[in-house]
Amino acid sequence: MKIVVASGKGGTGKTTVSANLAYALARRGGVTLVDCDVEEPNLHLFFPGESEKKGVPVPVPAIDSERCTLCGECGHFCRYGALTVLKDRVLFFSELCHSCGGCTLVCPVDAITEVGREIGVVTTSHPLPGLTLISGVMYEGEVLAPKVIADAKEEGGDEGRVIYDASPGVACPVIETLEGADFCILVTESTPFGLHDLDLAVRAAAALGVAAGVVINRSDGEDDAAVTFCQEHDLPVLMTIPFDREVAAVQNRGGLIARDLPRWEERFAELWDEVARHCEVKV
Amino acid sequence: MIVCITAKGEGAEATVEPRFGRAPYFVFADTEAGTFVSVKNELVDAAGGVGPRSAQVLVDHSATVLITGQLGGNAATALKAAGIKVYSFGDAATATQALEKYTQGGLSEIL
Repeated sequence: MKIVVASGKGGTGKTTVSANLAYALARRGGVTLVDCDVEEPNLHLFFPGESEKKGVPVPVPAIDSERCTLCGECGHFCRYGALTVLKDRVLFFSELCHSCGGCTLVCPVDAITEVGREIGVVTTSHPLPGLTLISGVMYEGEVLAPKVIADAKEEGGDEGRVIYDASPGVACPVIETLEGADFCILVTESTPFGLHDLDLAVRAAAALGVAAGVVINRSDGEDDAAVTFCQEHDLPVLMTIPFDREVAAVQNRGGLIARDLPRWEERFAELWDEVARHCEVKV
Repeated sequence: MIVCITAKGEGAEATVEPRFGRAPYFVFADTEAGTFVSVKNELVDAAGGVGPRSAQVLVDHSATVLITGQLGGNAATALKAAGIKVYSFGDAATATQALEKYTQGGLSEIL
């Protein structure tokens, strides 16, 4: 079963939910946790350990200057501005290239071949018994986050219980993370911003046919707006985490409430069971 | 010689535009023939890569000098590689004024 933890709005507690859920499941038969927030992965901060690295290559054009006639077709085709055809040579801006391969197709003299360029790494570690942590890490200045996410998800495999921690927002990286998942846990806070972006995330998951449920984080006990929203959109409220000094203190020192506070391990295990029930209902 | 001036509109009297890649128009002045050809910039609302793509427009029009306000890093790389000199229009208000100042050597080189 593959579950995405997403939110729309940043800073609502995706990583908190992912990390604690993974901790509870690691002690109940095992789990693979995949950090798909490749521009700023941070799950390794909760689960430090030795990791193995694997490069993430993307295809980019290499131009054979002997064959190239400087006709300009590739430069005019590339909508990302990655190729500028000068009077005496072709300039390539690697960080603007989206690896679409179009330039190789439009070149009339077959002067362009594709070569690999590394834009990030996927790291794998086993920080706790029962926990495999996989992190996608995109290098600074790169733009092809979905490719790094796809490689991280592939490394995570299809077997057993897999949690994908998504990036904030609902742009390409989140869409890539949602692809092929069985369920999406949406973490929100009961603020106008939280609800506004929750609405976007709900629509993104629905568009991809991924069933969703909501975890309300930092609840001050007055969650009417969030609960009403969930009722209106037929979304189950799976868990509520209170805006509590004790919880905040654990978070502040980089701890896990499932490990450091009583009863939370069970609650996160129950969250998974609840999600599993919804997945069965869907099937 | 072909001089390109970034402008807000068409023609010799168009107001100069400080942005390069997102300038609404490129006004190409042919200093020998005394003509001005205005090209609408199709990349004004493009998502990205407008610097090198605008540089491509200049290369395609055989411009060897650019008069504009400011440049991004990729645009600068492409223009430099293309051998196009870049000047700031300073206090010139129109394409004609900018070209006059350039001809008199009154513009400062930014690339």
